[in-house]
Amino acid sequence: MTLPDIASPEALQAQADAFITEPPPETVKLRTRALSFFYGKNQTIFDLDVAIPRNSVTALIGPSGCGKSTLLRTFNRMYDLHPGQKATGEILLDGKNILAEKDIAGLRSKVGMVFQKPTPFPMSIYENVAFGVRLYHAKSRAEMDQVVETALRRAALWDEVKDKLQTSGLGLSGGQQQRLCVARGIAVEPEVLLLDEPASALDPISTAKLEETISELKRDFTIVIVTHNMGQAARISDNTGFMYLGRLIEFCPTSEMFLKPRAKRTQDYISGRFG
Amino acid sequence: MSEHTVKAYDEELAFLSAETARMGRLAVAQVRDAVKAVVSGDTALGERVIDGDAELDLAEAGIEQAAVKLIALRQPVSVDLRDVISAMKIAGNLERCGDLGKNIAKRALVMSGAKLRSPATGSVERMGQLVVARLGQVMEASRDKNIELAAQVWRRDEEIDQQYDALFRELLTFMMGDPVTITASTHLLFIAKNLERIGDHATNIAELVHYQITGDPIPGATRPKWDALQ
Repeated sequence: MTLPDIASPEALQAQADAFITEPPPETVKLRTRALSFFYGKNQTIFDLDVAIPRNSVTALIGPSGCGKSTLLRTFNRMYDLHPGQKATGEILLDGKNILAEKDIAGLRSKVGMVFQKPTPFPMSIYENVAFGVRLYHAKSRAEMDQVVETALRRAALWDEVKDKLQTSGLGLSGGQQQRLCVARGIAVEPEVLLLDEPASALDPISTAKLEETISELKRDFTIVIVTHNMGQAARISDNTGFMYLGRLIEFCPTSEMFLKPRAKRTQDYISGRFG
Repeated sequence: MSEHTVKAYDEELAFLSAETARMGRLAVAQVRDAVKAVVSGDTALGERVIDGDAELDLAEAGIEQAAVKLIALRQPVSVDLRDVISAMKIAGNLERCGDLGKNIAKRALVMSGAKLRSPATGSVERMGQLVVARLGQVMEASRDKNIELAAQVWRRDEEIDQQYDALFRELLTFMMGDPVTITASTHLLFIAKNLERIGDHATNIAELVHYQITGDPIPGATRPKWDALQ
């Protein structure tokens, strides 16, 4: 059986929503409507509609340059830091358009992000976690201790660092640093956590720990992860979106995508036939 | 199907489908020859079938080994995963067909040695031809990735079941009419049962071929099953 091919941009547009399984509306936390993105004159995302269900892990996969990281960075307006980059359309967080949001710091406290390379601040482990919390909440010493401990526990790092909270975060291993960044991200109690290739610089054990952390965190947060590692997408995500040339080609429950993808492009990509 | 970026992956998948196809040809030949041996009383042919079964066992083990290795090393997904799982399960079904063929061949030797004849031999031959044809068709469907042919084999298993039922009644009639035919008839009854089982394996393979190609079970309700015991 040959799956329908979608080689040209026109064909991509024509297949529109054929391979998109919409999550039930009441489960949707984050949704884009006709989202386009431009680096200067160069458009990299085209009229993209995607619905991200709450309290679940959504993986975005696709070949390099497909726009998955760009899409992720629109969810907390990370691109605002760069002049000449602009997004059009709508991104609705609980129905509210974040592209029209004026309070960017407030938005980023709701939508946290962890990057590919661990980025601990050059300060103590404790301060790495407490730093962001102080920006939003005044807390007593005891309250802050509690916040830091809870965040480190949820990031599955507490047992490894509880006796050296005052030492520098830079002294931790790469995997520990990345979990520290997760702890920092969740300490401010965001609603959505964005992860951009969070395990690509980690060894297999650290990766497994981080994946376990992510699976635990979805009870409290809505998680979107960009990954090149298809096995990782398959292991930890509930839904997977496959992107290609700035468009969402297929979106469905992860087990469906890896057992029975509907678009030929998806099948070719996940089975290692191109890209 | 486009090729994998890693060429060796394609070669490993190609090995699985080639070996499955070869097992299919072997199994068809084994069952066909076993039925021939029953009908003609050709003991040399019966012996060859019995010896030939080892080849099927070996091929199945080879497929299983290659499939497990491929899963461990390549972590196949999507159509590749379905190809690997189906190859393994089809090989298992073909191996069972081989065992049943061997059993038929053993009975051919016993019947020939004791000069047992039965007027129902012709009916067993016809049933054997039908089963061999179905097994051949389903392996053709597997080779050509032909969903329609696979579904046809699946739907038509009932014919085999009905032939088995008719043969069952025919043999009962002979046994009641002339107790001298009981030994021969009992052998033929077991042979018919084995053929009916081979038909079931052909339907299993049809289901696997359909799953392999589409990712879905054959549409429609469960297959109508003819029950001779009712």
